[in-house]
Amino acid sequence: MLTYIAKRLLHTLPVAFGVSIVCFLLVHIAPGDPLTSVLPPDASAQLQAEMRKIYGFDRPLPVQYGLWVLKTLQGDLGVSIATGRPVASELSRALGNTLMLAVLATLIGFILGSMFGFVAGYFRGSWLDKLASFVSIIGVSVPHYWLGMVLVIIFSVQLNWLPATGAGPGGSADWVWDWVHIKHLILPAVTMSVIPMGIVARTVRALVADILSQEFIVGQRAKGLLDLGVFRHVVKNAAPTALAVMGLQLGYLLGGSILIETVFSWPGTGFLLGQAIFQRDLPLLQGTILVLAMFFVALNLIVDVVQTMLDPRVQRS
Amino acid sequence: MSVPLVELDNLTVRFHGERTVHAVNGVSFTLKAGETLGILGESGSGKSVTLKTLLRLLPENRTEIGGGVRVDGADILKLEGRALADHRGGTASMIFQDPMLALDPVYTIGEQIAEAVIRHEGVSSAEGMARALDMLTRVRIPSPERRLKAYPHEMSGGMRQRAMIALALACRPKLLLADEPTTALDATVQIQILLLLRDLQREFGMGMIFVTHDIGVAVEVSDRVAVMYAGEIVETGSVRDLIRDPRHPYTKGLLAANLHGAVKGARLHAIPGAPPALAEAPKACSFAPRCPVKVSGCDINRPPSVALGEARQVRCVLAAPAPGA
Ligand SMILES: Nc1ncnc2c1ncn2[C@@H]1O[C@H](COP(=O)(O)OP(=O)(O)OP(=O)(O)O)[C@@H](O)[C@H]1O
Ligand code: SF4
Ligand SMILES: [Mg+2]
Repeated sequence: MLTYIAKRLLHTLPVAFGVSIVCFLLVHIAPGDPLTSVLPPDASAQLQAEMRKIYGFDRPLPVQYGLWVLKTLQGDLGVSIATGRPVASELSRALGNTLMLAVLATLIGFILGSMFGFVAGYFRGSWLDKLASFVSIIGVSVPHYWLGMVLVIIFSVQLNWLPATGAGPGGSADWVWDWVHIKHLILPAVTMSVIPMGIVARTVRALVADILSQEFIVGQRAKGLLDLGVFRHVVKNAAPTALAVMGLQLGYLLGGSILIETVFSWPGTGFLLGQAIFQRDLPLLQGTILVLAMFFVALNLIVDVVQTMLDPRVQRS
Repeated sequence: MSVPLVELDNLTVRFHGERTVHAVNGVSFTLKAGETLGILGESGSGKSVTLKTLLRLLPENRTEIGGGVRVDGADILKLEGRALADHRGGTASMIFQDPMLALDPVYTIGEQIAEAVIRHEGVSSAEGMARALDMLTRVRIPSPERRLKAYPHEMSGGMRQRAMIALALACRPKLLLADEPTTALDATVQIQILLLLRDLQREFGMGMIFVTHDIGVAVEVSDRVAVMYAGEIVETGSVRDLIRDPRHPYTKGLLAANLHGAVKGARLHAIPGAPPALAEAPKACSFAPRCPVKVSGCDINRPPSVALGEARQVRCVLAAPAPGA
């Protein structure tokens, strides 16, 4: 098992390298001069050259890349052009918020999705299956920002039960574990959970239907197991794949929530990314994308390892 | 006379779906406690379906079962819920052709055997595991402690079949249903498994129904043999009677093709022609299209099953007892 993990780690190195190259080049590929947003429009050529030197843009690209990686490895992602604060600290706060939102949304989505999927797979072809499939198709196809707005209208505007935006009272972005803050989390998490719910439901439905059609299920019945006993076998057979899908969904949610975070003004990475793009804040953009991409790489690694540990059939060498 | 262990009375099984399949068409036999009945027949003759009916393992919604099925005094077709689950694996259990497909790939052998014992006898999981170990020892698996923790894919075919037998016998069933348990194995392993099954059957005093399409195997393990063709039993009798004096043209054909040629272990496909499609219930003799000795009535009327002495029956118009007998 340890050798497997070591091997798998080695395999991720080239991926991580590629990701870092892309992130680094982003600044240079992006149209326009990275300095235009810091400099006054009428800056003199001399000032421009000076700034270029300060930011290190006058050196050859490989050198710039090497220096950048070195700094990154030390946790220094540069300084946000818009706010002047270190990108790393902006990011770590946003990451915490996004992580919380994504984990909760994935959990809700996984629990509901598994339930729908199981029911649909067990009673395949019945009206229960059709109902469960209908719900999960809606989950996948409804625009999430729209769903978010509908929920806000119902639960914030009409019923006044939950706050509409932000992560805490008065728009504060610092999280505290109390009811006031948790109330802010509910609507965005529920909105976001619809994405993994639909995908998990579809996966689990197909898995369950496939497992139930296998001969070993007849074998389990033949030894006298009741429905609950057979259910245990279905769950253990479906678990590795279902959990892997859940893990990957968590990865998507960690990076792909710009719309939902914007609708709810949730101070997470998606929101930060949106700001970085609109304000042409390149260091912030570069740092955010790099960290999110690395997150995804790490998550893939974890999912693979967990799946291998759960499934005795996968060769462990 | 005590009640027989198994009593099939004119069993019919029909599958509905895109097309209807008349898989079993009026099968009757009895099995005494401790007796072994071999069911012999070519592919598609309804052997597995007959066995599965005894455990009610056929898909409920598409299957129409008629006639009577009694095992150990219970009306199997009336069993529901927990009573049915108690019957499966408790009173009667089954060994499948391919244990790789019948065992759950993600549970260990020990867990799967213990699970059955816990379910039927309500023991603790430690006791269940102890029984699993005992059973693995009885089926003569080498280093049973280690195999207890093995997954099905970590064992050889013969070893898996031994584990399957251990699982089937863990709750001391009165009836063992063996559906071609050796077909998927190498010849040498086949013989070992057959001998093991015969020994265990005596040791546990079980009745056994052994399905095969290998005449040699049927002769080896059975007290009596039933020959199936197109969902009907065309002939039953003791092994001796059947081999010495086959009465049904189909049985004769099988024996001529397989025994006299002395091809031990050969499959049953030496008779020209193919079995009927089973799209409808038989109205005439099902074997008529392939029968070398058929007479004029064979295409029109279904021949009755004629009793020729105790435990010997033949479904053929030519098999009527000699005049005066
Ligand atoms: N679940 C099912 N649904 C529909 N038809 C079935 C089903 N199970 C079996 N049949 C059909 O019933 C007939 C008898 O099948 P059965 O499996 O009993 O044959 P068999 O004698 O066991 O043959 P083999 O030696 O190949 O195992 C076949 O035509 C088969 O296609
Ligand atoms: S009934 Fe007729 S066709 Fe059928 S086996 Fe006997 S002789 Fe042949
Ligand atoms: Mg079969």
